[in-house]
Amino acid sequence: MSENFRLNKGGLINRNKKISFTFNGKKYFGYEGDTLASALLANGVHLVGRSFKYHRPRGFFGAGVDEPYAIVQMNRNNEVDPNVRATEQELFEGLEAKSVNCWPNVNFDIGAINNFLNKFFPAGFYYKTFMWPKSFWYKIYEPIIRKAAGFGAASIKHDKERYEHKYEYCDLLIAGSGPSGLASAYAAAKNGAKIILAEDKSRYGGSLLTSEVTIGNQSGQEWAEQIISELKSMPNVIVKNRSQVFGYYDHNMLVMSERVSDHLPKTDKYTPKQRLWYIRAKEVVISSGSIERPLVFGNNDTPGVMLSSAAKEYLKVYGVLVGKKPIIFTNNDSGYEAAIEFKKNGIDSIVLDTRKDANSEIIKQAKELNINIRFSYVVVAAKGYKKVNSADIAKISDDKKNISNIENIKCDCICVSGFWTPTIHLASQSGNKTKFNEEIDAFVPSHSKQKETTLGSANGIFTLEETLKTSFEKGSELSKKITNKENKVSIPTVAEKKSSKHDKFWCVPLPRGKKYKRFLDFQNDVAVSDIQLALREGYRSIEHVKRYTTLGMATDQGKTSNLNGLQLVSEVENKVVPQVGHTTFRPPYTPVSIGAIVGREVGKYSKPTRKSPMHYWHKKNNAVFVDAGVWLRPRYYKQGNENLFEASKREAKNVRQNVGVCDVTTLGKIDIKGTDSAEFLNRVYTNAWLKLPVGKARYGVMLREDGIVMDDGTTTRISENHYHMTTTTAQAANVLSHLEYYLQLVWPELNVNVVSSTEQWAGAAIAGPKSRDVLQKLFPNLDVSNEGLPFMGYMEGNLFGVNAKIFRISFSGELAYEVNVESDHGNFMWEKIMEIGKEFNIQPYGTEALSTLRIEMGHVAGSELDGRTIPYDNSLDGLVSKKKDFIGKRSLSKKAYIESDRQKVVGVVPLDKKTSIPEGSYIVKDAKAKLPNPKLGHVSASCWSVEYDNPFSLAIIKDGKNMIGQKLFAMSPLKNKIIPVEIVSSHYVDPKGERVRS
Amino acid sequence: MLYIKCPHCGLRPQTEFSYGGDATVKRPELNKEVSDQDWDNFVYLRKSPRGKHLELWQHISGCRQWIKVERDTLTHEIFTTLKANENI
Repeated sequence: MSENFRLNKGGLINRNKKISFTFNGKKYFGYEGDTLASALLANGVHLVGRSFKYHRPRGFFGAGVDEPYAIVQMNRNNEVDPNVRATEQELFEGLEAKSVNCWPNVNFDIGAINNFLNKFFPAGFYYKTFMWPKSFWYKIYEPIIRKAAGFGAASIKHDKERYEHKYEYCDLLIAGSGPSGLASAYAAAKNGAKIILAEDKSRYGGSLLTSEVTIGNQSGQEWAEQIISELKSMPNVIVKNRSQVFGYYDHNMLVMSERVSDHLPKTDKYTPKQRLWYIRAKEVVISSGSIERPLVFGNNDTPGVMLSSAAKEYLKVYGVLVGKKPIIFTNNDSGYEAAIEFKKNGIDSIVLDTRKDANSEIIKQAKELNINIRFSYVVVAAKGYKKVNSADIAKISDDKKNISNIENIKCDCICVSGFWTPTIHLASQSGNKTKFNEEIDAFVPSHSKQKETTLGSANGIFTLEETLKTSFEKGSELSKKITNKENKVSIPTVAEKKSSKHDKFWCVPLPRGKKYKRFLDFQNDVAVSDIQLALREGYRSIEHVKRYTTLGMATDQGKTSNLNGLQLVSEVENKVVPQVGHTTFRPPYTPVSIGAIVGREVGKYSKPTRKSPMHYWHKKNNAVFVDAGVWLRPRYYKQGNENLFEASKREAKNVRQNVGVCDVTTLGKIDIKGTDSAEFLNRVYTNAWLKLPVGKARYGVMLREDGIVMDDGTTTRISENHYHMTTTTAQAANVLSHLEYYLQLVWPELNVNVVSSTEQWAGAAIAGPKSRDVLQKLFPNLDVSNEGLPFMGYMEGNLFGVNAKIFRISFSGELAYEVNVESDHGNFMWEKIMEIGKEFNIQPYGTEALSTLRIEMGHVAGSELDGRTIPYDNSLDGLVSKKKDFIGKRSLSKKAYIESDRQKVVGVVPLDKKTSIPEGSYIVKDAKAKLPNPKLGHVSASCWSVEYDNPFSLAIIKDGKNMIGQKLFAMSPLKNKIIPVEIVSSHYVDPKGERVRS
Repeated sequence: MLYIKCPHCGLRPQTEFSYGGDATVKRPELNKEVSDQDWDNFVYLRKSPRGKHLELWQHISGCRQWIKVERDTLTHEIFTTLKANENI
């Protein structure tokens, strides 16, 4: 298809490079440097989508970030990319895009029936309609509404694109490369400040690309090009295009989304699609410019109605005519710029100016060019369904209340200009209390809360001369404060046309008897009548009106709709706009893809993975791993076709019968030194520590101040003032912080130092009746007999040339030792243990067997020390000192903690000795009781007892002490099981603890 | 994201710190009689002021020191940061 609306020359596109693309399955072509929007317009395509609520045809309204309509779904590298603005998507060879929110297609959309049923879709229709019967909402109404609404469909596949994060620090972050951004960046760069200049479009220059101005002896565009190339050559400046600063957060942290390869057909694997920049700036310059405001009239959403600045941009940047018979509808001088631009390219337009009369240089120029201008004229309504084909225009009275002389004139586009709205989003996000500027009928930034400065038209300054002057000055002033350097930059002279005052008019009254929809919010289909209805129904606060009508709530964040909405509310309410106030601007300014927010932290990269020094031995020996916090631990070692249950049973049994070895490197380890270490431990743990001899370990429990058990573990006195503490794997970091808290803040007078040594030691637990035989062979020169190394004893040894720490401690309840060597020797130690243990039938065991062993011994662990239990609940009464004070002791005398029927850990055995009890099951007295069945407690951990060859569980139940021997039920509603059980002692195996001391 | 000046390390992003609550709470002395009410106040009761708040942060991914930060809970403005043993 040929391009009928492309001019033969002009624009900034590369006419030497033709690009083909498809839209809704149809092939078109455009040029390098086009956006999808400009290329479609060049091909005369105006119908790109359907509206959100009424499914009315949608075309193009803007030419950039403000676009409310032209949202398309992209298919890029076989990845779906929804919610893409066609006005921002640059064209590349093979680009595929399609319309959204229409079915079966954009030309024939069944949902458009909503347009004719619109009396059933008033403001707040969700709240009013579909209310009865209740179940219909979930089953029928909601699914249909969800299907009908929305801007495209997200992919349900994993996004294979790469996204990256970057952190950057700078003196000045400048958001926007229009005249104010360029001038401030240039002045600041000359003062030596470290600068980031961000531009959301692909081309730098902002309004300079489309305005007829001269700076020095250059055109605006030439000047912008020269400044950019100078900035790019400076080492202290980062210049980024396709980069949107979308969020202003606390302490001058801004986030910017860079579209690295969205504009390219296919990139290599390692080039990110997008990059998210976290920028901490000492000062921020907001040079985000302004967005033209629409004028409100009947059917002002018809394709072909667009902003006059957009029409001008399509002409000047892309060489594209948005129409050949345009009407320009304006309340200020800006509309004339489009008219003149059309005229220069041989297109005659009619300018309808709402003002009674106006005189300025540009109007004079238009008159000289014989452009047809009608003052005191308005567009009453656009005509045409899928495209404007004519307009009803009329004369408007001086008080703007009455229209007369309605006539219909042919046209193919209506370019509107309702003056300019400063883009204050970033300033507002930073906490700036904005103020209303009567002069321009818009809000501008006022008092800064953070280190930000808004310049140029974003600050309501609409002349280039003043913009450049203030921006050069501010850029210099802000940077001088930081660098203490000043290199004077001379401010160039500017030639621009002076404008006359704009008309405050914004909404055309309805002609008698007509009910045209006059839209305020183009993306969410909010019309004047919707706001009026909301106000009639009693909504007053602008925040409530917004939520009730969805005005300004769409993905365009009301960039074109906010102020007209405020005008309407203030008019109906007889207030002035500043009294109504504006709704809160929140980040992001433009939609940000979830992928960019997540960055590289996907799947296995979402958290660090810690591996023990023996990890590769485990892997080689068929270990099946499990996540234990951030650690990977062997869960079991698979032999043949074994499953988890069979393998863990075999491993646990071998520990009970022979000897097993378990990697315990992951246990938290804290090195404690200092003359007050014993006193400190005595305060931290619930039991007594002052008299622990050197070379001995002790089991301890530590509490939080509220009496809840925080952690348990053994601590060994290595020498007089040196202790080695172990914590559970999960609590290691918290325990260290806890100790540091007390040492630094509560008892700073204690001479104690703590440091994490988890990663310094590799640990192997050797457990089982034959463990001593293995140990003796590992350390032939040591006396490791029951007398030489008794239970809870400690000694140091030499493991074939490697220094080792040997602790006689046991988690499995068997005779057991833990050997620690420096991490680098971990694998050596492990292989030696396996080699020497071979003759004693040693087998490695994983966390599943480890759990089995501790559960049937009744040793409490994480599932019992779950942040809700106190020492008594865990039968740790013997460890709670009556004599001394310790952290959390005072809480233990709370009434609730000393009640006689307090919960307690018990053992649970199914009566049939066969049925395993699911963890989390409730223990109840009567399985048939009416719901809710009062629960006595829950099953905290379950295993298959290898000692007795039947299921065994631990449970924490009310009055557990007195429940032993009772027959109760374990109920698992999740697994739909009711299991008759007997309550037994939690110490199921070796209740007297003889084996560990043997 | 806050930018916190660690008195030991300098300005660091919030992600390096963990929050520790009200810095003005005093733990009752060891081995002293404490009433139920006083103990409850110490363990559970905290003010939630709108405005200035002296609070604890720990520079966990840095020097591991607990520090005091005077912060506005409404605006997040940080007025001053102190070492553990310093007082405002």
